[in-house]
Amino acid sequence: MRPKQVLAAADVERALRRMAHEVLERNKGAAQLVLMGIHTRGVPLAARLAANLAAIEGVPVPAGQLDITLYRDDYVRTGPRPLGRTTFPCDIDGKVVILVDDVLYTGRTIRAGMDAVIDQGRPAGIQLAVLVDRGHRELPIRPDYVGKNLPTSLSEVVNVRLVEIDGADEVLLRKKNPAGEGGYDVPNGRRRAQG
Amino acid sequence: MIPHLLSMADLDAAAITRILDTAESLKGVALRPIKKVPILRGRTVCNLFYEDSTRTRISFEIAAKRLSADVINFSLTGSSVAKGESLKDTALTLQAMGVDAVVVRHAASGAPTQLTRWINARVLNAGDGWHQHPTQALLDLFTIRERRSRVAGLRVTICGDIAHSRVARSLTQGLVTMGATVTLVGPPTLIPPGASHWGAAINHDLDVTLPQTDVLYLLRMQRERMGEPCFPSIREYTRLWGVNRDRLAALPEDAIVMHPGPMNRGVEITADVADAGSAVITDQVTNGIAVRMSCLYLMLGGEEARGESTAFPKSASSRAAEKHSVSPPAVGGDSRGDPGKGSK
Repeated sequence: MRPKQVLAAADVERALRRMAHEVLERNKGAAQLVLMGIHTRGVPLAARLAANLAAIEGVPVPAGQLDITLYRDDYVRTGPRPLGRTTFPCDIDGKVVILVDDVLYTGRTIRAGMDAVIDQGRPAGIQLAVLVDRGHRELPIRPDYVGKNLPTSLSEVVNVRLVEIDGADEVLLRKKNPAGEGGYDVPNGRRRAQG
Repeated sequence: MIPHLLSMADLDAAAITRILDTAESLKGVALRPIKKVPILRGRTVCNLFYEDSTRTRISFEIAAKRLSADVINFSLTGSSVAKGESLKDTALTLQAMGVDAVVVRHAASGAPTQLTRWINARVLNAGDGWHQHPTQALLDLFTIRERRSRVAGLRVTICGDIAHSRVARSLTQGLVTMGATVTLVGPPTLIPPGASHWGAAINHDLDVTLPQTDVLYLLRMQRERMGEPCFPSIREYTRLWGVNRDRLAALPEDAIVMHPGPMNRGVEITADVADAGSAVITDQVTNGIAVRMSCLYLMLGGEEARGESTAFPKSASSRAAEKHSVSPPAVGGDSRGDPGKGSK
């Protein structure tokens, strides 16, 4: 089955611009913000969102990257995964940390991300920005900023593609292959394929 | 990933690279305000040391603790081994207690391999006799790669007591696998007869090899392993193979000096060389923790890595729990040892 394009490049850009305004409205400026992109596709999204914030406010907004592999709850189930880099751009004590990811699904990645942030310091708050919220939460987690709410079924896969990694900006929705191919973040942590 | 870490001969270049890449990421844990990640929560690692060791045991202990594993230290003195228990019985005891990984050091070559035939837990060789010390080789490769940004193509000279050194054996294997050129240097009595098959060149004159050396790796005289003296005197050894400031100056400018420790300052290395900027000996110690974390992380993941104890058979309670089954396991099959729970 052919994947259906849910967001085109211009839609992704508009969503990120709107989210930047929402972030500034809610936090009354960008002074205390630290953006942390969750590997893999959250990292370029955080950088873009930070650039948007900086352009609007005229102050630099720090953006870092977070690899949550060492905080996952499915290590016993699935075994070791390749590790990515974690870099905090500055001290996060007293700052508002905004976690940025491409797709919000079960919420398990975000739970791990919050633990990783709290091990680094004591932020004044943690907020969550995602490009796509596809539902099917397994934990009491909700996003603060959403690019697109996308109702999906469990048999579908949301595919976020970004220029920095995939060469193009778009969000695709397609049926999962019957061969047991992993989705983005399959409920109950059965498998998570990159992309 | 291999189930056990027994010998560098079991690791190909891809496996070594994976361990080193993972270690590079894990090295960052030590720089955090909380030097700990929760990934190995609930796993138990036993340090089973039949030979004296300070740095390797502590390094493994810190590595396991930074990954949140529970660590048990089991050493010769004050244990059942002192009362005459065999390696096999000790291993089976640890198995029955549900240990997930055993880090073993033993004077007998092959003891860790033998251990894998008796127990289900992952076995990590922390040095067996004159045979292997794979985590030392891996941390040395990591340190070389970190300092020189590659291993392939480098010229490595390993100098000293090659014959009694499991470090030399493991490291040479690892270096050859990764594409480095290795030269073994030392008195003829301390170069083992089989060394010509290691894929390394052999030379007895250190001063000839120094100008063609990117990494100079010095070894301690393992006098406790020599039956009778293998060279006339320490002074003569130091004069011919000890590295002092003059020999350091003969190395290329960007060469590094390494030593697995413990050092005998004034014998194979002088104090000023050990403290020189090109000596990366303390880096090796720091990197040892990251590399051991990497090995534990890569070996202890997945369902099959869970140590099965005889007291908690998987067939009954744990497997049922994994499937989130609603009905409790049958009373007869439940051997959790808690009579109150089995009857619910």
